[in-house]
Amino acid sequence: MSPFRRRDPSQDFDPTQPLVATGNLRRRHAVSRVIQGLAVAAAIAAVAVLVIVVWAVVSHGAKAISWDFITKPAPEGVGPNLVGTGVIVGLATLMAAPFGVLIALFLSEYSGKRSTRPVQLLMDVMNGLPSIIIAVFIFALLVAHKGQAGWKASVALAIIMVPLIARGTQEVLRLVPSHQREAADALGVARWRSVLTIILPAALPGIVTATLLSVARAAGETAPLILITSLAPGDSFQLNPLHAVPNVPVRIFQLSEEANPEGFTEAWGLSLILIAFILALGLGSRYLLNRSKRKMTR
Amino acid sequence: MSSIDDQTFDPPTSNGVTPQAPGRVRLRTEPLPGVIGSPAATESAAESHFHVAPEAVFEAEGVGIFYGSKQALIDVNMRIRRGQVTALIGPSGCGKTTFLRSLNRMNDSVSGFRIEGSINYHGHDIYGSNVDTVEVRRRIGMVFQKPNPFPKSIFDNIAWAPKNLGMRQGLHERVEKALRGAALWDEVKDRLKDSALGLSGGQQQRLCIARAIAIEPDVLLLDEPASALDPIATGAIEDLIHSLKGRFTIVIVTHNMQQAARVADRTAFFSLETRGEKPIGTLIEFDETEKIFGSPRDPRTRDYVTGRFG
Repeated sequence: MSPFRRRDPSQDFDPTQPLVATGNLRRRHAVSRVIQGLAVAAAIAAVAVLVIVVWAVVSHGAKAISWDFITKPAPEGVGPNLVGTGVIVGLATLMAAPFGVLIALFLSEYSGKRSTRPVQLLMDVMNGLPSIIIAVFIFALLVAHKGQAGWKASVALAIIMVPLIARGTQEVLRLVPSHQREAADALGVARWRSVLTIILPAALPGIVTATLLSVARAAGETAPLILITSLAPGDSFQLNPLHAVPNVPVRIFQLSEEANPEGFTEAWGLSLILIAFILALGLGSRYLLNRSKRKMTR
Repeated sequence: MSSIDDQTFDPPTSNGVTPQAPGRVRLRTEPLPGVIGSPAATESAAESHFHVAPEAVFEAEGVGIFYGSKQALIDVNMRIRRGQVTALIGPSGCGKTTFLRSLNRMNDSVSGFRIEGSINYHGHDIYGSNVDTVEVRRRIGMVFQKPNPFPKSIFDNIAWAPKNLGMRQGLHERVEKALRGAALWDEVKDRLKDSALGLSGGQQQRLCIARAIAIEPDVLLLDEPASALDPIATGAIEDLIHSLKGRFTIVIVTHNMQQAARVADRTAFFSLETRGEKPIGTLIEFDETEKIFGSPRDPRTRDYVTGRFG
């Protein structure tokens, strides 16, 4: 049978008929619409969850927000917690960023094919590691019998941040055109100098973005902080990371456990501050990334 | 240090390139192998020039190049003379760019690359065991098919390599000299701080040449430097090659036979020859440019340069 005659030969095929759906085409259209509808519904549901969460946090938390709430120490405010989270996450960023960038440089500039894949896989596995496991690990290593401290929490957060920074940085290093590496090589300049003065500067906006995204992730991590730096009352500012440092996630946890309903409102309020910070960081850094990507690939 | 330099047979100082920074003179007198700076090494470098005819910069003997199991080039024997322009012509895929890139080891990063035979540079094996590839490229510069300026200012593009090679003295003069050398100075002198990416394609390519000559290499390898440019920009590049002749030894790969005839002293014709099963790049004829285009000895060369491929 000729491949051109797939239509049932008993059925008359008249090419002069109007061009409307015939045969099972109607049923195929219907199936297509159902599948499309399911996909759209799933996408809407995902967005809706985010919208509902944000709306719930805003509607419950907005009334708790005031200048005193943001600046004063406990019990009226959460000032020390905000500053403390800044200290812990800042310290974690200082630890994680050099590591992450160096790992990315190894992956994109120095390693051969054989070592790239396992290291990359390891980074992805680390990225998916539940934070409670990192928390227990650091607790056993640094906190048990030794006491809590802010820097120990920073170490745990840094472990969470490293794979994010490494993979993000690797992606932008990949965007640096290979002909620029070739040009640098052909000028007889040692590789580390071209890495430092050509490749890293070209990728810098992307590296900043990857770091900001990892900061957004780390700022909300709760499990490590509960185990490692939760014994700070929050009634005074504590900037010294050698002591337990009051922080945002633990305070939210504690406030929501309180018996009085006012504590609950404050928990919502603090959540609002955290979510606003994370959303701003996430959206801002993605905007930066897109802009630099456009610049690099132009 | 400079007196040693004057006495050796090293080419760059004897062809009128002024030695500037002391660091630069030191680099020149060093032999290629890693035993840098020892008097014995300097002697052997001078000695080797007695064995090799002084005008040969490159001597390729029995060069075969493989990418994995595929052989790209077979049995190339070639002497490239100092201060001359040597053109490599031939159809696509005949291995001329492969040969060019093997002269400063740019092929090392290609996976599966393997070379047999030997390429000597001023008597030193380029693929010797103690040869530093960074040093090789410092002396043998390269300009690529597509202009590839760094995303930096015009000034920084030129100044980048000298800065990173420790030639910080007189950097502005060096940049100006390089840009003048590349016939670009008058066009860019008022906007040295502007991004190099804002230049036209032809200007970018001349910037790349300026960038390469700013570190005053011994040899310039040009890989189809004008193939991405319009005829006017191509003309400017060819004029530039003429003006650089003598100061540098130039090896240029080109698809354009008229270009080879216009710029080159000597021309090498590569072609694909079937040996056994597969076609392999082969050097067919290498001679004075007039001979290649006027009275080639090999019928394959004649067919190619007269436009009758086959």
